[in-house]
Amino acid sequence: MTFSLPKNIVSGKRGTAQKIWFTLFRVAAGINVLALFAVIAFIISRGISAISWEFLSEMPRNSMTEGGILPCIIGTVSLALGALGVAFPVGVGTAIYLNEYASQGKVVGVIRFAISNLAGVPSVVFGLFGLAFFCTVLNLGVSLVSGALTLGIMSLPVIIGASEEALKAVPNTYREASLGLGASKWQTICRVVVPSALPGILTGSILALGRAAGETAPIMFTGAVFFTPDLPSSVFDEVMALPYHIYVLATAGTHIGETRHLQYGTALVLIALVLGMNLFAIIIRSRLRNRNRV
Amino acid sequence: MTHPEATEITPKVDLPGWPDTKTGPKKDTLTGRRTAIGEWLAESSLFTISLISILALGLIMLFLLMEGSPTFSFVSIRDFVLGHFWYPTDEPPDFGILPLITGSVSVTLISSLIAVPSGVMTAIYLSEIAPPRVAEILKPAIELLASLPSVVIGFFGMVAVAPLMQEVFDIPTGLNLFTASIMLAFMSIPTICTISEDALRSVPITYREASLALGATPFETISKVTVPAALSGITTAIILGMSRAIGETMVVLMVAGGAAMIPESIFDPIRPMPASIAAEMGEAPFRGDHYHALFATGITLFLFTILFNVLAMSASRRFRLKG
Repeated sequence: MTFSLPKNIVSGKRGTAQKIWFTLFRVAAGINVLALFAVIAFIISRGISAISWEFLSEMPRNSMTEGGILPCIIGTVSLALGALGVAFPVGVGTAIYLNEYASQGKVVGVIRFAISNLAGVPSVVFGLFGLAFFCTVLNLGVSLVSGALTLGIMSLPVIIGASEEALKAVPNTYREASLGLGASKWQTICRVVVPSALPGILTGSILALGRAAGETAPIMFTGAVFFTPDLPSSVFDEVMALPYHIYVLATAGTHIGETRHLQYGTALVLIALVLGMNLFAIIIRSRLRNRNRV
Repeated sequence: MTHPEATEITPKVDLPGWPDTKTGPKKDTLTGRRTAIGEWLAESSLFTISLISILALGLIMLFLLMEGSPTFSFVSIRDFVLGHFWYPTDEPPDFGILPLITGSVSVTLISSLIAVPSGVMTAIYLSEIAPPRVAEILKPAIELLASLPSVVIGFFGMVAVAPLMQEVFDIPTGLNLFTASIMLAFMSIPTICTISEDALRSVPITYREASLALGATPFETISKVTVPAALSGITTAIILGMSRAIGETMVVLMVAGGAAMIPESIFDPIRPMPASIAAEMGEAPFRGDHYHALFATGITLFLFTILFNVLAMSASRRFRLKG
């Protein structure tokens, strides 16, 4: 925005009111940022001592009170990638249809209504759905594939939203130029529109990946278990996952106190993973915006 | 990135300027029939893909209903929704979810008492007051706050905030309605803040200029012109924030205390609907009464979020008409 409110000093009663309110606005913004840093700093300061090569690369031992979290890291990464594998083609395809083909009709209205309602469905309800549909009706059981499908449906609205925004940002002149050179509409979309929107689409996908990696409720009954003796060998195996591991260690079992350092360590690994992906996406996006501005 | 639920709010920009095939140039005859079929195939497969969202929502509703409706063969809807006792594993069991509903509603209301002022004020600061440089740093921070996994916020609430509350207020347990509301507030603030900020930024600059030219102070401009003009967008933001709070699971599961009672004070432990579903589904016998009752609780929760979503949409529609 090129506009900013004037900074002239207002005197008298109105000036005092303004000073008080503006301070409140600043404080509110400050508290929120502070909350972010408080959580991150707390987890880092308590968790850093638990991090070691052994912690990251070994199987848990002695009924979870010792050893590492390798199966959780592998489980979370494969769940998130699987979810993206489901949501990316569907999400990008939907976004292309909505932005490039659809006119404001009834069907499109229903599609948009469905997407925005899907975005509002509570994560635990996705879990219930995954349990009833993927695990039971499709007979996939509690497995990596059920968890990934459930997470994939959950991430769909995020990817659609981000991709649509990226497609909208492609200037119309690109489309006109391509059509003017004799390309068909589909050729234009494939070779001009999507490639120029791709960085934006990928940024949105990284954000969705991070979100899928951090979710617990959708995988609680569909993919994640507290303990597996081995690493998953097929997509139909149950997996361990970082968020679920934190939850179970922190709330259930008889060793809550003893495993505290493992809980902090696992939480640190999870936020490093999730915030790392988000930060990466945010940095790429701000570079893109700067590039577009020029 | 715009908030995923905000797609309805941002006033729809014109569709990309594809030439109108009816009035525009005639279809390219040089490329012939193969391209025409290819074009048709591309469009219709993309259309089919975009129906998956409808299918997904439809299947979610269908399976909730299928697995939830058997509940009403052993408990009436009235007793289910208004029953005071939730003892699903007792003999005979009690399936009354009123304590879970009041738990959800109270934690959502109290968290929005914190999240609404804080989120909206942050949005006003970011959009109206903050120098661009500061806003550029603060906005990603708010986004990162949104991306913190809920289990981490719940964990932080359990090990850091709850003991603090217990000490400060001298109460038997820090895991209660109040602590859960605070943690939940920080989960809905990013939603409220991002959408409100979008709404504020879409208020035309001329409104602000006119107000300032009439002699209003910057604060008067914000409170009497900019915020009222963005009000329905802000309303949408608040409703979506509350919708997020009522559906949030891990935080209430870990921090709310877990007692299925109708709370009498803000320091009572509660058991909101998502917490009950998440905690009990693992132990409920497959397709037993308890299992079905948890799906019926899922239906209730789903209806709440649909209601919030429809309210948000109608608020944003008003916004669009005005804009």
